[in-house]
Amino acid sequence: MGLFFQVALDGLFNGLLYAVVAAGLSLIWGVMDVINFAHGEFLMIAMYLSYWLGFIWKIDPLVSSLAGGLFVFLVGALTYKLIISHTIGKSAMSALLATFGLSMLLKNICLNRFSPNFRLLQETALGGKTFNVGGIIVPLPQLVIGIVALALLYVVYHLVKKTRLGWAIQATAMDKEAAELMGIDTEKIYLLVFGLGGACVGIAGGLLPSYLAVHPEVGGLFSLIAFVCVAMGGFGSIPGALLASLLIGLVEAFAGFYIAPVFKYVAVFGLYLVVVMVRPRGLFGW
Amino acid sequence: MADVVLKVQEIQCGYDGVPVIHDVSLEIGEGEIVAMVGANGAGKTTMMRTIAGLMNPYRGSISFEGRDISRMEAHDTIKLGISYVPEGRRLFPKLTIMENLELGAFISKDRKAIDERLERVFGLFPKLHDRRNQVAETLSGGEQQMVAIARGLMSNPRLLLLDELSLGLMPSLVEKVMEAVVAINRSGVTVLLVEQMVQEALEIAHRGYVIQTGRIVQQGTARELLNSPEVRKAYMGL
Repeated sequence: MGLFFQVALDGLFNGLLYAVVAAGLSLIWGVMDVINFAHGEFLMIAMYLSYWLGFIWKIDPLVSSLAGGLFVFLVGALTYKLIISHTIGKSAMSALLATFGLSMLLKNICLNRFSPNFRLLQETALGGKTFNVGGIIVPLPQLVIGIVALALLYVVYHLVKKTRLGWAIQATAMDKEAAELMGIDTEKIYLLVFGLGGACVGIAGGLLPSYLAVHPEVGGLFSLIAFVCVAMGGFGSIPGALLASLLIGLVEAFAGFYIAPVFKYVAVFGLYLVVVMVRPRGLFGW
Repeated sequence: MADVVLKVQEIQCGYDGVPVIHDVSLEIGEGEIVAMVGANGAGKTTMMRTIAGLMNPYRGSISFEGRDISRMEAHDTIKLGISYVPEGRRLFPKLTIMENLELGAFISKDRKAIDERLERVFGLFPKLHDRRNQVAETLSGGEQQMVAIARGLMSNPRLLLLDELSLGLMPSLVEKVMEAVVAINRSGVTVLLVEQMVQEALEIAHRGYVIQTGRIVQQGTARELLNSPEVRKAYMGL
């Protein structure tokens, strides 16, 4: 029975990480109907940044995660300004292909500069530390990321639902022209939303190198899983994305442990197919 | 006429390069209610959108309180004091009345001023106060129109552009909404009103313009237009 809870805990931790990546993706989709295929690569950028800061200057990932958040906010904002803004009002395909291209570009720049090697930071404040709660081993790095993930989700949710800026973001999503009439500069809102989506994965990604190795392909899986979480939770719904992410984390962990590790993604995508067949709008979608 | 608030000079505008409005000029004086009337498709909404800055004229100029706004965008014209209540209300459907009204005051940061304006619009439409936490899409057409007008007032405009207020409302409600427009005007807001319901609009207006296929075909005081045989024949079925 102890093993069951251990697997469940591991699944929940992974789920929370997926949730942060998914929240950013969901926010961007909800406001501007753009699927950011480079979202996993945004995570990779933060991981590399954190890794190199730790490797060269011995800066701990706990500190680097803030740098990651800020840096990827800028990456997101620039992505909007230089790429996405040119695709608004054109076919939905153009934004999709543009972000897909960006993901290839970022991946290959890292491959070219940093080699395909897996890199893990040694001797970080949290790395390798665990504690024992009634026979269940709680890994400290995952616990911290889980807490940060929940905090980030709360902040984003609160910002969107309860502040004037958040209403302006929602207004822009519902009726861009009417939002303009309220004096809302919708271009700025788009820029901010892309930046915020980036900052979420930036902060999470910055924490990762103390237990998850960074390599040029690390983003791909996260992009795919985050997309599944967003679609399953209902596009644009942050609580939906959280619930779907936790479900997926759990299914992945249980299938990997009780069936076989090679089957874990069969279970994940199987669950996705079933949910989308029964509820095409996702769990919380309107 | 008092000081000119809005001056539109020979503007041409349209969609995708095809002009819909041909060399239209008009003037609105401070404190006036001016009605722009005409049939569906005459170009009334296009005029309003151009003045508000949702689109810019191909040529000609628009000035507000002496300042050229021909090339200005909508999120900037509202800062000067122009508020446009668009055709079809265009409320934010999933937000509450309160949130819609707060967004109407998005450009002001002064909490006290916003609260005073909230009080003012709730005074004008007491019904909205009872429903302030209700989501906009669940309101009736009349209530939605009240929210749209109230939202338009929240930026404390000096010029209010009202587009087809009567659309989809039953006659008794149209009368109520028109009364509200008069009350708003009396509180010092200049109003440009666009209507298909020609008689109702001219009854509350000081002056009017008749627009037909993108051109002004007749103008004058509201009384002159109401008594004009052409207007009566074409728009009132008399």
